[in-house]
Amino acid sequence: MKLSHRDFADVRVISVTENRIDAACAIQFKDEMRHLTDTGPGRVVLDLGSVDFLDSSGLGAVVSALKAVRNGQRLELASLNPSVERVFHLTRMDSIFRIYDTAETAIEGKSDAR
Amino acid sequence: MRAERGFAPPGAPATLSGVSVKELRLDVSATPYGVQIGLTTLRDGLRGIGIDDSELPSVELVLAEIFNNIVEHALAETEDGVIEVGLQCTPNGLWITVEDDGNPMPDGKPPLGLLPAVDVPVCDLPEGGFGWFLIRELAHDLTYTREGDKNLLVFRMAVGRGE
Repeated sequence: MKLSHRDFADVRVISVTENRIDAACAIQFKDEMRHLTDTGPGRVVLDLGSVDFLDSSGLGAVVSALKAVRNGQRLELASLNPSVERVFHLTRMDSIFRIYDTAETAIEGKSDAR
Repeated sequence: MRAERGFAPPGAPATLSGVSVKELRLDVSATPYGVQIGLTTLRDGLRGIGIDDSELPSVELVLAEIFNNIVEHALAETEDGVIEVGLQCTPNGLWITVEDDGNPMPDGKPPLGLLPAVDVPVCDLPEGGFGWFLIRELAHDLTYTREGDKNLLVFRMAVGRGE
């Protein structure tokens, strides 16, 4: 599991560089996300554009990352592929996260977009 | 992975003579990485028996949830466990059997798979409990039987009827 990140004025964009978040890598994903949100600004966007497979372990890891952000920090999602979007929709987790179509619109988005 | 004739999951319609049988069998190593490799292998195999790319994600998701549960529960104490999976493309969908020789389901039944509540404060959001919900949402005609010391799941996915 590899995560990369780019920092902008007031937002950190974290990109998953592998094509799946599953039971085999969920714990590592959580650990790396924890590190990147701990050291990040008040707004963090997770770009899932490279991910074409997410199972319930992967979903749980993304939820865990949301629960681990510090008080006042936001974690938002961008660029969900249809198969990933479907898992969020079926489990109603799409009602929990602010989800942008692309990382670019997320970067432009105001921090109070919701 | 090997194509095989004469395989018919219980409840599946008999194969019509003259109709080519489209089926796969695969043994999956019951570890998280074994599951990952098995699912990747099955992607190619499923394309080969007529499953459309747009239909692959739901099949892969259901299989992932079932395999993960077997790894985490049925075969949790086993180091060299194997999951045997069979898939057969029929006119009414893709019939799938999954077998393991691990612990039986609690109470002899697969979980109901109710959706955990998500309209709760962020700190109380569920991080698990979605697996059987997703299986129940996407799989049809699911049956579980304990046969001797084996678990047998049989179900149908409403895919693979495009041709």
